[in-house]
Amino acid sequence: MSAVAAAEVHEKHTGSVPRILVFSTNNISDPGIDLAGSQHMHYSPGVEVISLPCTSGIKPSWIAHAIDQGFDGVFIASDGDECAYLPDCAKRAARIVSEAQAQLTELGHDPQRVKMAAICSVCAEPFTRQVQQFSATLAALQAAGAK
Amino acid sequence: MNSEETTVAGQLSPEQRRIGVYVCHCGGNISDYVDVQRVVDAIKDEPGVIVARDTIFACADATQENMEEDIHQYGLDGLVVASCSPKLHTVTFRGVAKRAGINPYQYTQVNIREQDSWTHGDNPEGATHKAISLVKAGIARTRLTTPLEPLVVETTQKALVVGGGITGLRAAIGLADVGLEVFLVEKEQELGGWVGRFGTMYPHDRRGSELIAGLVGEVRRRSSITVFTNAELMAKSGSFGNYVAAIRVNSDLPELIHVEVGSIVVATGFDTYQPEAGEYGYGIDGVVTLPEFKALIDASSGPLVHHGRPVKTIAYIYCVGSRQPGANEYCSRYCCAATAHAALQVSGLDRGVHQYHLYRDIRTYGKYELMYTDSRKNGSVYMKFPEDTPPSVARTDGGQLTVTTHDTLTGGEELTIPADLVVLVTGMVPRKNEELMGLLKLPVGTDGFFNEIHPKLRPVETVVDGVLIAGACQGPKNSTESVAAGLAAVTQSAAILKKGFAELDPQVAEVNAAACTWCEKCIDACPYSAIEKAEVAGRTVAAISPSTCKGCGGCVPVCPEDAIDLRGYTDAQIRAVIDTMLEEPVA
Ligand SMILES: Cc1cc2nc3c(=O)[nH]c(=O)nc-3n(C[C@H](O)[C@H](O)[C@H](O)COP(=O)(O)OP(=O)(O)OC[C@H]3O[C@@H](n4cnc5c(N)ncnc54)[C@H](O)[C@@H]3O)c2cc1C
Ligand code: SF4
Ligand code: SF4
Repeated sequence: MSAVAAAEVHEKHTGSVPRILVFSTNNISDPGIDLAGSQHMHYSPGVEVISLPCTSGIKPSWIAHAIDQGFDGVFIASDGDECAYLPDCAKRAARIVSEAQAQLTELGHDPQRVKMAAICSVCAEPFTRQVQQFSATLAALQAAGAK
Repeated sequence: MNSEETTVAGQLSPEQRRIGVYVCHCGGNISDYVDVQRVVDAIKDEPGVIVARDTIFACADATQENMEEDIHQYGLDGLVVASCSPKLHTVTFRGVAKRAGINPYQYTQVNIREQDSWTHGDNPEGATHKAISLVKAGIARTRLTTPLEPLVVETTQKALVVGGGITGLRAAIGLADVGLEVFLVEKEQELGGWVGRFGTMYPHDRRGSELIAGLVGEVRRRSSITVFTNAELMAKSGSFGNYVAAIRVNSDLPELIHVEVGSIVVATGFDTYQPEAGEYGYGIDGVVTLPEFKALIDASSGPLVHHGRPVKTIAYIYCVGSRQPGANEYCSRYCCAATAHAALQVSGLDRGVHQYHLYRDIRTYGKYELMYTDSRKNGSVYMKFPEDTPPSVARTDGGQLTVTTHDTLTGGEELTIPADLVVLVTGMVPRKNEELMGLLKLPVGTDGFFNEIHPKLRPVETVVDGVLIAGACQGPKNSTESVAAGLAAVTQSAAILKKGFAELDPQVAEVNAAACTWCEKCIDACPYSAIEKAEVAGRTVAAISPSTCKGCGGCVPVCPEDAIDLRGYTDAQIRAVIDTMLEEPVA
């Protein structure tokens, strides 16, 4: 079964779509996500965004908490190399993700529930594609009975 | 009110807050897809909500006045507007809060347009649930807000300009004319940068050297401008509004000159792309770069001669060092127009020269299109080559320089052009300035040019308060665009300095001294050196300087004791937002 088909099956059975919490950044990725809306691109309403100044400010425990409390996944729309604050932002973000994954594993959740991709201020289409794919992956995880 | 009801002295517990919530239709932009009334009904009984209303246009003056009336009438202490993106109206509604006596940082904007109605127009039911979830989360966040006051710092009425090219010179004059004292630091012996070396330039056919001489004259006439040439910035200390710059004049002199400045305008310009040996035949006699060619035609007063040979046929190859996947991926902006202009200059010197322009795309944008048209009228021939088969340059055994290309517009036909001169239209590259970048903490993009906070809305500011960037150091720009950026930096400096004081964003990091164990981990995490050792109640702890902290939050996840919070984005707020979002099922 393709991932997209899995998402549809999941929706039919559970009546719900995977819930994804997105961490974006005020100056870089959040404008990109806004642009997806301005261009009327569609992704699932299960996707909700919290915007912060910088990706490097995300606490791994927030990611673990979100998933433990009921989000199916956390997507980090990172600054990548475009961060205006921290030259090593991408490296810090990678550390935050692996720390969050370690915490998730400890809590008994699949570490694949966290995903990160650099999203720039005009990355409307890449964002939409990424969260659609992530939705599908999460639905497939669900279908396979993962926690 | 009894003391048990308060959390911190004088501060209400979250449940006791008095919050007004306004959900906007945005004409129909939101309400065509989101059932706004259902959203209002769903959130009106949330803890702390005193007023909940829908509104056709939240940003309309009349609505703003109604909000202010509500704030007064109901004694509100928090405000939530669910409408468009916070990028558009945070300032507007913070203003409403402030005018009516609420601290502006106790306002939250919830995005139910760009991130809801517009993107879930295919699923109105889902969009409505999501709006309810987002607004509830915004209320939860607002319940946990505390009043924040911007830090007020006095500012020194002086500015430093680094780089004396056209951008820096024009900026220095502008800064002096708004009444600031100016120090201009130029690394080279001569002021003027690239433009100072040019003859006629587009768009007005004025000589670059004359333009610069005019500007230098203006600079000299202003006693409030001090110029240091052969000089470099060696150190920067102090904090926003009151930086101390250490300048070395003449590398042999050991003494540094110290000047106090409120803002720093960086206008250090660009370099041009230097082709590798063999790249498009570079290294072969008769193959030159655009700057080399510009110097040749600027120095000529009649028919062109290169290395003693008359030049009767010229082939230009465009986009050398620009738009290269995996290398300089950007377009250098200036070069198509500069080449069309150079071709016109050549026709002026000698009408008999044949000029072939081999291009990928011609980008003589805006009014520069007319130069392109003129150059064609003057006999220039333009031929488009396919991206995957660029032209090749060789010198035949007989000594003839040739360029072989494929002409896309005649079906990819291969053509060999004998030429006397091949001009590689080289692009702009970032100038190597590692030391300056390090000492001013200048943010650099992946392309190597300096990064502004926002290319449209804050085009010359960097995240370092009071440090502005202008001109070709920001990315490829012609001199018109460079000067415009220089003048934007003037305005921005005036806005910061002329009041005599500046307000800093109070959303910075702070250490909970009681939880800090002085492990020093956060010290290394802050590249701005905002964190220092302090003594609090007899214990050694970390303390963050609010005037140096940039509010990135980079130190927050690093602290093993969870002792650091970013104001406006505290641990309690983020967790409350997460928990509250999940209360509403999103079908
Ligand atoms: C061949 C060619 C032709 C062009 N033709 C045109 C044209 O016809 N019309 C047009 O509008 N534009 C033209 N341009 C573009 C134009 O040259 C630029 O837009 C302009 O030079 C940008 O000015 P600037 O002051 O930002 O940078 P620059 O001219 O590069 O000046 C920067 C200055 O900063 C100094 N500096 C650098 N680092 C430091 C440091 N660390 N400390 C102190 N000083 C420092 C440099 O020495 C230099 O003096 C052309 C460019 C080229 C290459
Ligand atoms: S990382 Fe945390 S505990 Fe360590 S010094 Fe900094 S604030 Fe204190
Ligand atoms: S928030 Fe950023 S700038 Fe402020 S102290 Fe922490 S790391 Fe430094």
